[in-house]
Amino acid sequence: MSSRARKVNILEHELVPQHILLSEEEAKRILKRMGISKMQLPWMLASDPVAKALGAKPGDVVMILRKSPTAGVAVAFRYVVRG
Amino acid sequence: MAEKVTVEVARALLEPYAHVLPERLAEEVVRKVVEAGLTVDEARKVVDRVVLEYMRSLVEPGEAVGMVAAQSIGEPSTQMTLRTFHFAGVRELNVTLGLPRLIEIVDARKTVATPIMEVYLEGEYARSREKALEVARELELTTIENVSRAITIDYVDYAIIIELDPEMLENRGVKPEDVVKALNRIKGKKGSVELDGLTVVFRTGLDDAVKLRRMYDRVRALRVRGVKGIKRAIVRYDEKLGEYKIITEGSNLVAALSIEGVDHRRTISNNIYEVAEVLGIEAARALIIREMKRVLDEQGLDVDIRHIMLVADAMTMTGRIRQVGRHGVAGEKPSVLARAAFEVTVKHLVDAAVRGEVDELKGVVENVIVGSRVVPLGTGMVKLMMLTEVGSGSASQTQK
Repeated sequence: MSSRARKVNILEHELVPQHILLSEEEAKRILKRMGISKMQLPWMLASDPVAKALGAKPGDVVMILRKSPTAGVAVAFRYVVRG
Repeated sequence: MAEKVTVEVARALLEPYAHVLPERLAEEVVRKVVEAGLTVDEARKVVDRVVLEYMRSLVEPGEAVGMVAAQSIGEPSTQMTLRTFHFAGVRELNVTLGLPRLIEIVDARKTVATPIMEVYLEGEYARSREKALEVARELELTTIENVSRAITIDYVDYAIIIELDPEMLENRGVKPEDVVKALNRIKGKKGSVELDGLTVVFRTGLDDAVKLRRMYDRVRALRVRGVKGIKRAIVRYDEKLGEYKIITEGSNLVAALSIEGVDHRRTISNNIYEVAEVLGIEAARALIIREMKRVLDEQGLDVDIRHIMLVADAMTMTGRIRQVGRHGVAGEKPSVLARAAFEVTVKHLVDAAVRGEVDELKGVVENVIVGSRVVPLGTGMVKLMMLTEVGSGSASQTQK
């Protein structure tokens, strides 16, 4: 058996919940509903493998659909920061 | 007789509460009202009642959720046995569990005491033991020492003589040619490698006994096959899933995921930093929850998963893994007094004085310390809002 390296898509991994890159308008609408600023969201580094896979840049907001044992699907957001 | 509620009608009734009720609860309500054969009017009443009860069950603003989580995890932890347990079903592999593992997770240790990977396989590799063993061999680090009966130094010819063990070669799935190939990578310009049956003669071309000795050590530990960092790979039959999987001692997630036959969707390491690096911060959060829950379940302790989720959220909030301690969550508090109250008091006070820090007295700890009558917690969080100009609307509301 050869050990040739494969390209692996980490977004398919069961531990990685679905990440959706939001547009500027969508992000603004959601922040307005929550009444907070971007910086008050949990962060995500621009160097995060998922951020890289999505092509998210610092300043973007990512919506995360987590599979949750309590809520079924829990919606969370992360603000992409430099790093 | 009024008509019975259908799934579609029930969903429509819940539609206005889509942002309020969690998906699972909404689906359950739909199922239950249809099952019970309620009329539309009755179903509407049920929905209203569920929404009301749900709102009532929510945590109130200002509730000290972190404190409750700390107590809810801390108290059962005192009842944990300090023994490290064996991993379920794998007698030959020891995995840190119990309190030591819990501390390891919360402290966000970079190196795990017992790193392991659960490598799941795909397709035929998961169904056949032989195929699974192939993958295991590809994973397990095999060095020259592992496949030889004796390695000796010939000080006359400055050579290293390796006598291969046929049984070990067979066992590890390595051919003598592989050993030669590995040696060829390090032999240098003057060196040469010869294979004679099961004896490999490596003429180093060196002229110094000390260097030869050093080369000998290097040859012994030379990788012939496998992945760096994986000491052992054990094939197991997973009764629940009805397929073969591999448990490894040592972890190297990046390398493992790219090996043919490995299911890159399920394969996982127990090192949270490694997972954050390879799969991202959200996967790390999920792993923190999963690992903590596993430790507590295994000890028969019933801790609500919401407390664990809160810990995982706090640990991953900045996009990096932070420990719940001096070098992380508690150490990064903006208030000097809060930090000083936790650990290494004098250092924090002195550093803050040198830097000329100001304590805004916004948190709970610092307010308790200075003796405020109103601590920003629970009802103490409420502030009065007032309009400074009458009739100018909400835009000019100021806080005091």
